Amino acid sequence: MTDAPLLQARDVTKHFAGRVACREVTFELWPGEVLGIVGESGSGKTTLLNCLAGRMTPDAGSVAYASASSGVVDIHGLSEARRRLLTRTEWGFVNQDAREGLRMGVSAGANIGERLMAIGARHYGDIRGVAADWLDRVEIEPDRLDDRPTTFSGGMRQRLQIARNLVSNPRLVFMDEPTGGLDVSVQARILDLLRGLVTNLNLSAVLVTHDLGVARLLTHRLMVMQGGRVVEDGLTDQVLDDPRHAYTQMLVSSILPV
Amino acid sequence: MPDTSVQEAAYNYAYLDEQTKRMIRRAILKAVAVPGYQVPFGGREMPLPYGWGTGGIQVTAAIIGRDDTLKVIDQGADDTTNAVSIRRFFARVAGVATTTRTEDATIIQTRHRVPETPLKEGQILVFQVPIPEPLRMLEPRETETRTLHALSEYGVMQVSLYESIARHGRISKSYNYPVMVNGRYIMSPSPIPKFDNPKLDRSPALQLYGAGREKRIYAVPPHTPVKSLDFDDHPFEIETWTECCAFCGSRESFLDEMIVDDAGKRMFVCSDTDWCQERQGHHQEQKRK
Amino acid sequence: MLPVLRATGLTKSFVVHAQGDLALPVLRDVALAVSPGECLALVGPSGTGKSTLLRSLYGNYRPDAGSIRVRHRDDWVELVGAEPRVTLDVRRRTVGFVSQFLRVIPRVAAVDVVAEPTIRLGTSETEARRRAEFLLGVLGIPSRLWSLPPATFSGGEQQRVNIARSLIADYPILLLDEPTASLDDDNRNGVVDLIRQRREAGAAIVGIFHDAGVREVLATRIHDVTLPQTPAQIPVGAHP
Repeated sequence: MTDAPLLQARDVTKHFAGRVACREVTFELWPGEVLGIVGESGSGKTTLLNCLAGRMTPDAGSVAYASASSGVVDIHGLSEARRRLLTRTEWGFVNQDAREGLRMGVSAGANIGERLMAIGARHYGDIRGVAADWLDRVEIEPDRLDDRPTTFSGGMRQRLQIARNLVSNPRLVFMDEPTGGLDVSVQARILDLLRGLVTNLNLSAVLVTHDLGVARLLTHRLMVMQGGRVVEDGLTDQVLDDPRHAYTQMLVSSILPV
Repeated sequence: MPDTSVQEAAYNYAYLDEQTKRMIRRAILKAVAVPGYQVPFGGREMPLPYGWGTGGIQVTAAIIGRDDTLKVIDQGADDTTNAVSIRRFFARVAGVATTTRTEDATIIQTRHRVPETPLKEGQILVFQVPIPEPLRMLEPRETETRTLHALSEYGVMQVSLYESIARHGRISKSYNYPVMVNGRYIMSPSPIPKFDNPKLDRSPALQLYGAGREKRIYAVPPHTPVKSLDFDDHPFEIETWTECCAFCGSRESFLDEMIVDDAGKRMFVCSDTDWCQERQGHHQEQKRK
Repeated sequence: MLPVLRATGLTKSFVVHAQGDLALPVLRDVALAVSPGECLALVGPSGTGKSTLLRSLYGNYRPDAGSIRVRHRDDWVELVGAEPRVTLDVRRRTVGFVSQFLRVIPRVAAVDVVAEPTIRLGTSETEARRRAEFLLGVLGIPSRLWSLPPATFSGGEQQRVNIARSLIADYPILLLDEPTASLDDDNRNGVVDLIRQRREAGAAIVGIFHDAGVREVLATRIHDVTLPQTPAQIPVGAHP
């Protein structure tokens, strides 16, 4: 067990035009943990994720990250240059809509290879080899390497987005409803893929979802948000099997049985 | 129509007012101090539309003086309509000597070519630039490209080269080939053929680039490293021809391909008319004062 | 031998908010201790909190009060109110849990479901698979099913995959919730045998065994959840 948390959020608060989107959220994320943030629309979970990932600046509170080379850094105190570098190397961000996380006009290989090229990779053959390897890992046919994501299905685009993020061996991955809007069978495949990758690569992740089934499958810990506040948190099985807060109990009991 | 080499009295010297020339010179100094960096400048209305060299003309107007000798080429040729017009313009408003001989020029304004004759210290090459931003086709937002340059985030450019190899088996960009200047900024060398890129590297001449519509000036001071982007296993290569120039026999210059009859007969001719004529040996002195 | 699991003062009520915050007390001041080589059987009528107690020992249910201390990495660890990563580490290395229901993960082959807990501890994939296949074989799962996801297995087959998964790593402490519930006689005996071997190898076990015969073979002590418990009243070494 390591002795320092990977990500430390303290009292993270964000307002939008007088309305509080998320309020005083505090937690620690340790290496190898997958933290789920669940809640319904308007719960503030996406706002919180964006504040954690440096995409939005909180109005109060802090987010500290234990970087690989420079110790603990305050995410929002970093220069934009350093934050952007961090985002491209040590972090990943999987968007709900894959189009936001891909370059739709270039090939799958170029998409995956970009992070490598951004940090100086200059051998076309090697880059292509790594990209092909990742296509295989996310179960996309190797002959699609030169195809553009415009020709891919939604599930394939999402898997490509995952590969594009993981090629730089990030330590921390943020995911915003990574399987939202996809068919159930496609979801299952991607969830299984994520599960495997998280375990094999010892990734840490913060995952926002409204789907408790996704949380059960992928996360070790869970935070339940309602109206901008964290109303319950704990291990995923604790929160889902032994819900204590009224809202959590309502969420858990609302799942339609199959 | 005769070339008047007497300066027009109705205009300020070199057409632009002195304050404007100062502003442009400041921009040029800044550009020279940061090689490859695009400096915004307050471009003026010029007596020709955007797309016809207004940027190059403004740069030339700001630096030209009575002792200069000006050469103007358009895709290598001194005798196209545009080259002739611009040369005549400066002869009228600046009263300068003009020439078609690269060796004799102190300022060479060019559209889309670098002269074949090697340049010397003291010469200034002024490029006409349509789109100064090398990343424009990849990233349409100006706010974003400025940030990319500031942070040296050039992954997207390398991605476009990768994509070219993936689609065509090689880097297919043949003109306006992106370069890295002084190891810091990626620059568009203007739509010169990639054949000319090596001439920019550590050239003893000063290179100035003017984009009139986009209102940007950038520069490469003498003896500055200019490296064309590539991959280790797909290195930069210039064009080659199996033919030689039909007029002068040159095998070292950039050749234009011309269709000469309805049967499709082809002829290859040097694009640089001065170079070709020099080699042919019967070059007519066109120095006028 | 000294206990490796010691619970005291465990109290838990379920509060159902949808029913006007109705409080259902289930555990009240429960205490127990288990040592290596012991198997403590929880007995009592259904609804009296056996499963709740077992799940609390695993950290799945959170007690309102009390203490659960576990011998983990040569030290005592308090599970009540523990940091999530502590509980996760305890579950990875020290405490195994067999629930009645296999949580089915789509697309993962049975052999991989079983192998996972030991791979997580650092065992090589080849060795883990070998052990997994061995256990599945002992538990009577035909080899043609090993590479299939258990979603389509029968209840009994799923249960045996579950058991194999919790036995593959050598957990010092095992918590078993009706491990033989969906099994026929033959398979039941195989499972009981495996568990008994673990007990004899030094595992400390707490279990709920509906079948009296199974309880007979496995349990070294009984804990009646309906009786009020104080540490002094726990019989040591008694066998029904």
